[in-house]
Amino acid sequence: MPIHEKSLIRPENLAVHEQLEIEGVDVSGHWSTFIESRVVSDYNEALEEEIAALPGGEYIHRCWQCGSCTNACTVNALNPDFNPRYWIYLIRTGMESELLRDKDIIWQCVSCHKCTHVCPRDVVPEGVMKATAHWLELKGHTPKSPSMVFDEVFSEQVFETGKIEDGRVVMQFFKRTGQALRQPWLEEMVRRMLRHLPLGLMTRMGLAALVAPKTRGWGAARGAIGEYVAEQQARHRAALGLNPNPGANPDLHRLVQAAREEL
Amino acid sequence: MSENDPKSQKYREVAYYPGCALEGSGHAYNRSTKALGKALGLKLKEVDNWNCCGAMEVKNIDPKLQTYLSSRVMSIAANTMKMDTVMAPCNGCYHNLKKAEYELSTDEKSRAVTERLSQKAGHATYRAGQVETIHALDWIREAIGEDGLKARVKNSLQGVKIANYYGCMYTRPRHIFPEKDQGPASESTSKPHFMDDLLAAAGAENVDFPLKTACCGGAHTLSDSDTSTKLVANILQAAEAAGAEVIATECPTCHSGLEMHQIRAERTLGLKTSVKIIYFTQLLGLALGLSPRKVGLHENVSDSFAYVKEKGLA
Repeated sequence: MPIHEKSLIRPENLAVHEQLEIEGVDVSGHWSTFIESRVVSDYNEALEEEIAALPGGEYIHRCWQCGSCTNACTVNALNPDFNPRYWIYLIRTGMESELLRDKDIIWQCVSCHKCTHVCPRDVVPEGVMKATAHWLELKGHTPKSPSMVFDEVFSEQVFETGKIEDGRVVMQFFKRTGQALRQPWLEEMVRRMLRHLPLGLMTRMGLAALVAPKTRGWGAARGAIGEYVAEQQARHRAALGLNPNPGANPDLHRLVQAAREEL
Repeated sequence: MSENDPKSQKYREVAYYPGCALEGSGHAYNRSTKALGKALGLKLKEVDNWNCCGAMEVKNIDPKLQTYLSSRVMSIAANTMKMDTVMAPCNGCYHNLKKAEYELSTDEKSRAVTERLSQKAGHATYRAGQVETIHALDWIREAIGEDGLKARVKNSLQGVKIANYYGCMYTRPRHIFPEKDQGPASESTSKPHFMDDLLAAAGAENVDFPLKTACCGGAHTLSDSDTSTKLVANILQAAEAAGAEVIATECPTCHSGLEMHQIRAERTLGLKTSVKIIYFTQLLGLALGLSPRKVGLHENVSDSFAYVKEKGLA
């Protein structure tokens, strides 16, 4: 069955009549299930172009719907609703309202690159997943996903100091997502980690958490990166028809500033 | 590979790029890689004043920025240190340097962004082809080789049943690894074997493990922990079903992901597994007669002290 017909057979589009006769023919009951007629008129003709304007979405136009990506997908094996081929189809045909039905799971792509590895058309489906998740957030369809928060916490530290310290990333991530640091499994892990650790290493790790490791002379790179990021974000917002002024929405550039003040 | 081979000579002294994880949660990998190099007479010159490769996180924000960050590391190795080979043990760093190399050799826009940022940051712009990026597996395999390793083994890994776990970033996507899938002497992207070969040379018994390149969910280890726990649970169960007592790792993110979600799977899914998680550099170090502490076994969360003692490796 062509995948665009999937949406026609959802329960809400099916009608079963207990007693119905049409032109002398009895069409009652389950064996005469009807599909409600449906006219799609809410196409977003700019959808493909918008996704293509975001990093990772550049090659979406190449897709010929072979389905190798979905077949190879790590997340699809856990959740059949996670379907890169289907989403690429919806984006290319402009079926935004259908795409939005899956808006809360698209960010769950684990970037294992199995799709990109097998794609015969070099669509880079992994990049399309990232671009689509990004698009959903920029358009205000979804709140920032935990994955995006993690990417931002991580990137801010890299932009700020040139390096990351994983303990600081974890703590910042828990703080920003409002999760308690004292999770039973995490405590168990720390307990096991400390079992054999010599005092010297613990001190070193503790120091690293307090004083961030830094790349020397990073100032010029930091400035250049900050300027480039702000420029790109304005471009992406403009491509989506949003106000390019970063003041309208919290974005990375502002967050970099905030991180700088925090340090 | 003979130790007189020119490639072997080239890899005997390489620029070493440990990356951020090896200074933190993956310190055991750093320690064991250095100890292994020392024991084998190989020289590691740490990349001077290196920065983060950009990782998956910066790539998700902007891929060209990740390309620039990786290019800075290669630029220092090539232009400041005058080295021709960068060795990165972390799969993430290795993948990103390879990806940057690919982008810079094929994409004009990436070259322009890298040029602009390098100039503003005040360092030489990296040009594609200036260095060769290799993984710690390539390093040992080319510089010492299976025969060279065999000749140096003091404590054979005989009876150590290993599932070799390579993860995602070492082999995928294919286009950033043009040297792979080039026949029997090269690495395979579908069934990688370099780690299997080295551990077999050290006497280990490799099991037939179907999930060598499965994903551990490392990208979402904290942001979508339930997914990661399920993926890791698959890997742990498959390894045990294949008869493995140890999962050998070659990536700090995979390694700590397996360790962390082994505990989490026990807590949230009630799934108890006893397979040990050990870096391949730790296993090779033990085979060469290094002590468990020298290879940082005490820095692993997964406790394998009793196991290596039982196998006569300590």
